[in-house]
Amino acid sequence: MPLPPDRLLRAYRQMKTIREFEERLHVEIQTGEIPGFTHLYSGQEAVAVGICEHLDDADWIASTHRGHGHCIAKGCDVTGMMLEIYGRRDGLCKGKGGSMHIADMSKGMLGANAIVGGGPPIAVGAAIACKARRDGKVAVAFGGDGSCNQGTVFEAMNLAVVLKAPAIFVFEDNGYSEHTGADYAVGSRDIAGRARGFGMPAETCDGSDFFAVHAAMGRALERARNGGGPSTIEAKTTRFFGHFEGDPMLYRAKDEVARHRETMDCLRIFRARVSERSLLDSAALDAVDAEVMALIDRSVAAARSAAPPTAADLLTDVYVSY
Amino acid sequence: MRQLSMRDAINEALHLEMARDPRVIVLGEDVSGGAGGTSGQRDAAGGVFGVTKGLLPKFGEDRVIDTPISESAIIGAANGAALAGMRPVAELMFADFLGVCFDQVFNQAAKFRYMFGGKTACPIVIRTATGAGMNMGAQHSQSMYALVTAVPGLKVVVPSNAYDAKGLMLTAIRDDDPVVFFEHKAIYPRKGAVPEGDYTIPFGEAALVREGEHVTVVAIGRMVSFAEKALDALAAEGITADLIDPRTLSPLDDETIYESLENTGRLVIVDESPPRCSVASDIAALVASNAFHALKAPIVQITAPHTPVPFARELERAYVPSPQSIEAAIRRLVKQ
Repeated sequence: MPLPPDRLLRAYRQMKTIREFEERLHVEIQTGEIPGFTHLYSGQEAVAVGICEHLDDADWIASTHRGHGHCIAKGCDVTGMMLEIYGRRDGLCKGKGGSMHIADMSKGMLGANAIVGGGPPIAVGAAIACKARRDGKVAVAFGGDGSCNQGTVFEAMNLAVVLKAPAIFVFEDNGYSEHTGADYAVGSRDIAGRARGFGMPAETCDGSDFFAVHAAMGRALERARNGGGPSTIEAKTTRFFGHFEGDPMLYRAKDEVARHRETMDCLRIFRARVSERSLLDSAALDAVDAEVMALIDRSVAAARSAAPPTAADLLTDVYVSY
Repeated sequence: MRQLSMRDAINEALHLEMARDPRVIVLGEDVSGGAGGTSGQRDAAGGVFGVTKGLLPKFGEDRVIDTPISESAIIGAANGAALAGMRPVAELMFADFLGVCFDQVFNQAAKFRYMFGGKTACPIVIRTATGAGMNMGAQHSQSMYALVTAVPGLKVVVPSNAYDAKGLMLTAIRDDDPVVFFEHKAIYPRKGAVPEGDYTIPFGEAALVREGEHVTVVAIGRMVSFAEKALDALAAEGITADLIDPRTLSPLDDETIYESLENTGRLVIVDESPPRCSVASDIAALVASNAFHALKAPIVQITAPHTPVPFARELERAYVPSPQSIEAAIRRLVKQ
């Protein structure tokens, strides 16, 4: 069923927000104001949004170290995220988590996770909770091609099959596990095939095509909600930046990113598609672009001027009570 | 009063809390048992030590969940279910298997609350069988509690008897923080007086098992009963002791130890873990830092040696501190 215009516009807004959030971080990181490691999601937006457009706040997702896109797609507050990445006291996690640990349970966001393969078992747990409560909700485990080589992910997939848990495993194959090609590190190069080996339906889709991801997720979701158990979606995508900011990307051909920005840019592909089919007019899309740019400007300005945590914050939030 | 084994006391706590709170779920390998298989009999195990027996027939498969042998997925699923509003009790069949799933314990459960700015909690209980004494070899017999006691964000419980085990388990499930609950497999069958119904024992409050004047003995888990045997033998010589069972290692009730030392001036710590970076050495360091003035003699630590747990009966007996070795050490210290 085709999406109505307001949903299409919302999807575009989410993808555009992720893109500009990340492109702006890429610039701001050069100033040295942002502490630590940052892994950017630019290029993969259609996956996060194609999946999360199906979900509401009571559905769950577990994210990865490259998590900003998932957070935005699941509804986390953009300014709160920016403050968190700057390590500010009013950040979404009070400046104690940072880029790799953004979470918001009120949005069903179980957390970015700095351990590759850490999230899928957690997502299956959330799915078990949904099943026990019979609330009709689902849990999505995001991971990259790197995570598909972690034993914890296999454990989670098998457990989900055994328990018929309403879990959906989304593997974003962006071609690289850190600084190593997936064509080297993923034994069969067939992640969906691995998932089928565990006894769950799996399909591969074009991760730069929002509509393809959205359709695949629709099928997986219907199965999960109807007691059909878990599914896997393998989305072929690309990242426009390095593994982390500052990565010189010596493992990629010099023109690869430029080529991918030409041919695999999910925003461009989305705009072309909706224009071709006269689903949205370009003025509406341009208006979204302007709103998003203003939002990112405001969030960076807010993050820059926000206060850092205090010394007393060091010792709080370890336990609920001790 | 009614006598129950520690196994049955913990089982009763699980029954009570699952009946009281629909958010409590139990998951792990063979927690029910008999899923699949050719006999069709469910609840075929009730946990490898029988601690979760009878839960499945009462609470059903959505709440009593038999898992594959996948420790990372078990603890990870408990974490995710807790974040999503449940109160999972995960069984890690043997504490040694912490080695398989440690990421979900110390990188995930322990850190969610802090990393997420205090906006969430992870109320899980990891129940696990601990300790030597049953000739189960080096990978099924360790006392790993120092590893988790060292991790901020975790709470650590080591009951020494049936009464405490029930009350501490009810506290553990109701606690909003992640708790690792070590059940010594050699004392599962040991019976003690256990009241029916609901009672809790607060974390961070040591039990003063005995009062005496010559020495303070701090013993952990199974070593509490070994220390009692040693003190029974020493009573004939007129030697008496404060015997302290910390019950929870994190939080640790160190104040009770300092107060006792003000009277006795001598400290013996008994722990069946190896000695380096152990709970025994941690308590010794705390006392040396905070109650040095009260000490009349060097602190004595009675521990296992710096070796893996051996298999043969003779070797394992030599590995674990014995009532006799505790008795001799106390006598030496008091007569010094």
